[in-house]
Amino acid sequence: MRTGLICKKLGMSQIYSDEGSHVPVTILHLDDCQVVSLKTEEKHGYSAIQVGVGKIKEKKLTKSLRGHYKENNVEPKLKLTEFRVDPENIIDPGSELIASHFITGQLIDASGISIGKGFAGSMKRHNFSGLRASHGVSISHRSHGSTGQCQDPGKVFKGKKMAGHMGNSRVTTQNLEVVKVDPEEGYIFVKGSVPGPKGGWVILKDSVKSKLPENVPLPTAIKGNEITVDDKEDKPEEKKNDQLEKKELSEKSADEGPKKEEIKEKTGDEIKGVEPNDS
Amino acid sequence: MDRIEILENKQIEHLLENKEIPEFRAGDNIAVKVLVREGARERFQVFEGVCIARSGKGLNQNFTVRKISYGEGVERVFPLYSPMVNSIDVVRKGKVKRSKLYYLRNRRGKSARIAERQSSTEKKDNVAKKADSGSALPIEEDNSNEE
Repeated sequence: MRTGLICKKLGMSQIYSDEGSHVPVTILHLDDCQVVSLKTEEKHGYSAIQVGVGKIKEKKLTKSLRGHYKENNVEPKLKLTEFRVDPENIIDPGSELIASHFITGQLIDASGISIGKGFAGSMKRHNFSGLRASHGVSISHRSHGSTGQCQDPGKVFKGKKMAGHMGNSRVTTQNLEVVKVDPEEGYIFVKGSVPGPKGGWVILKDSVKSKLPENVPLPTAIKGNEITVDDKEDKPEEKKNDQLEKKELSEKSADEGPKKEEIKEKTGDEIKGVEPNDS
Repeated sequence: MDRIEILENKQIEHLLENKEIPEFRAGDNIAVKVLVREGARERFQVFEGVCIARSGKGLNQNFTVRKISYGEGVERVFPLYSPMVNSIDVVRKGKVKRSKLYYLRNRRGKSARIAERQSSTEKKDNVAKKADSGSALPIEEDNSNEE
C-alpha cells in the first residue's frame, strides 16, 4: 500500500484528447504536501504516515499542535490526514510529495465530503418514484408509500429508507482515471466528477479494486534530492516517468509533424479526399 | 482570473498553435473542414452552411451549422477548438438581427435567405459604383444555403 494525497478541488473543465474527443475532468490542486509524522509498527502497532497540506499561521494553532509540528520540523499545515502504508513504503517526515505520485492512465479512488442537501424527501434522497399525480392522491404526491407490513412484525424495520438528512457525508468514488498530471504546478486531472464542493478537500488513493500499474513511483514521487534509503533505487524510476512523459510529449509533437505532411500529400488528391457530401 | 480559466486559456493557446479561427457570427455562411476517421483511413470532409448559433465561452465554445442536404435540413454542432475541426472558412457574411437563427428551421427557399453584410468601406465602394453605373441594382444575394 502506498500513501495517498490530499488535494483541493478547484472545479471541472474539459481536455481535448489526441483523438479529438473531449474528456470531462475535475481539476485538483496539490499545495505544499508534506509528510508530517510517522506511525510505526513498534511504537503504535501499525504503520502509517501523516500527511499535511497548505499553510496556516502558527498563532492560529493550539499549543499541542504547535509542538507536534516543531517535533517533526515541519511548517504548520492547514489539513492533516493519515494514510495506512506498508512498512517498506514509509517516507521520512519533511519530504514533500508531488503530483507525479500518480501517473497518467492510473485508476484512483477519490473521497470527499459531499455537498449538504439538508432534510431531503425520499424521492430526492433514495430515488423513490413518489405517488401518482391523479387518481385520488391528494397532498402527498412526493411522499414515500408503505413503510412495512401489518401486525406481524408490528414495527418499521431499522434502516428503512425514508426522508432525512442528505449529503455532507464522506463519499468515495472508485476507479477514476487520471487523465493528466502536472507536477510543477501541482495539478491532477481526474476524469469525471469527484465528491464535494469547489474548494473542498479530496483524498486520492490508489484504486482498491484495480491493479497498481508497474511504473508508479515507489514509495512515492518526492521533490528534491532528499530522503529515504529506498529513494536511491526509486529515483531512476521517477526519472523514467519524467522521460516517459517527455517521450509522450515528443511523440505527440512528432505525430503532429508527419500529420502535416500527410495533409500536404492529401491536398494533392484533395479533390478526391474532400468529398462534398451532397450535391 | 481563476486557476481553471488560466489552465483553459493555456489549452486554447496550445490548440491554436497550428490553426487560426476566423471571426464569424450567426448568419455567416461558413465551410468547416472536419477530420473524418474511417477505420485507419483519415480524410477531410467539408460541411458548408449557415452558422445559426454560437454558444458557450472560453474553451467550451461551440457553433451550429445548418444546411439543406438533398432537400433535408441538416444541423451539426462543432466544438470551436476541437482538433477534429481542421479549418473554418467564412464564405459569406450575413446580415441578421438575431444571435440565434432558430427561425430558419421553419423556413425554406426564398424566405430562408439572409442578406449580405458589408463592412463600411465596402458600402462606400458600392455606393460609388452605383453612382458610376447609374442604373445598377444593389447586388442580389445568392441563395447559397439552398442546394
